Amino acid sequence: MMASTISEVLNELELDALTELVNIGVSRAAFSLREMVGEQVHLSVPAVDLVHRMRAIETLEGRETGPLVAVHQVFEGDITGRAMLIFPETKSLELVRAVIGGELSLEDIIELEQEALAETGNILLNGCLGTIANMLHRSLRMSLPEIIRGKGPELFSLPPPPEAADVVMFLYINFTVRQRNISGYIVMLMDIPSLAVLKSLLGEFIERATDGMAS
Amino acid sequence: MVITVLIVDDSKLARIVAAKTLAALQPEWGRVEAGNAQEALAILGERKVDVAMIDFNMPTTDGLELAREIRSSHPTMPIAVITANIQDEVIARAREVNATFVSKPLTEEGLRGFISGAALRLRSSAA
Repeated sequence: MMASTISEVLNELELDALTELVNIGVSRAAFSLREMVGEQVHLSVPAVDLVHRMRAIETLEGRETGPLVAVHQVFEGDITGRAMLIFPETKSLELVRAVIGGELSLEDIIELEQEALAETGNILLNGCLGTIANMLHRSLRMSLPEIIRGKGPELFSLPPPPEAADVVMFLYINFTVRQRNISGYIVMLMDIPSLAVLKSLLGEFIERATDGMAS
Repeated sequence: MVITVLIVDDSKLARIVAAKTLAALQPEWGRVEAGNAQEALAILGERKVDVAMIDFNMPTTDGLELAREIRSSHPTMPIAVITANIQDEVIARAREVNATFVSKPLTEEGLRGFISGAALRLRSSAA
């Protein structure tokens, strides 16, 4: 299947449904993050794209010239893949400050960076994927979060699973907390068979949600 | 007098779900839809709207900002903000404009309270 953009594999309503699920997932995650942070967290996902892996790497490199830091988790079930929360490294300490708050020394912040990133990533990715899985009436097993630093090609070439991850769901995410606005990305890598399962699950979801009104 | 509900959401699927849920609760009410705040305000300028259901998480102008704008020209209109993200600070903003929260994903149960309340308020203000 050589669709020039994978967006052609999902029709407009399926893409709309996926975007809606992501938004609900991210909204729920914002609620949990607020509990952790103690102040209002604003999370928005202005765009969701489905692209080939090479295109995802190009997009990321085009937008971020410096090194990146990512929190990643593997998910397995009817859909299998890897989810990542990606930030420019220059922003990660700012994220930590925003999430932890208070006056901390640079040493403290650096020490807490791994933990804060892992926790934030865990909440966001679990919240997002968990909600999507629930609404698609499936369950997914999630691995523990890990942190990786590097650039596009390295982040998208992590060891299996998934081995042949060709499809990337690419989400631009804006994260505002304690008056700091940090933009990052959530990406979900999956292979073509998983994308096909996702398409059929979205179809079922649309049917349930609309009682067939959408057809 | 037909009651008209304005449904505002950038997701077409979410608008379909909202329309379906509303129709199950109040089949005789009319509906009009908008995909963003601009469209919503244009509609409000052109025709009578009695109730508004607004998605919170919209790009550019969020649901509560739109609610505030609507509130300034429609002081008594029942307004619901639909969201999966009910944080304290957001609740405080909703209180300021006298808007109700309804959970996303939308269900009949979740919408019922707001719609019954709106129906009562509209009946009593019409009397």
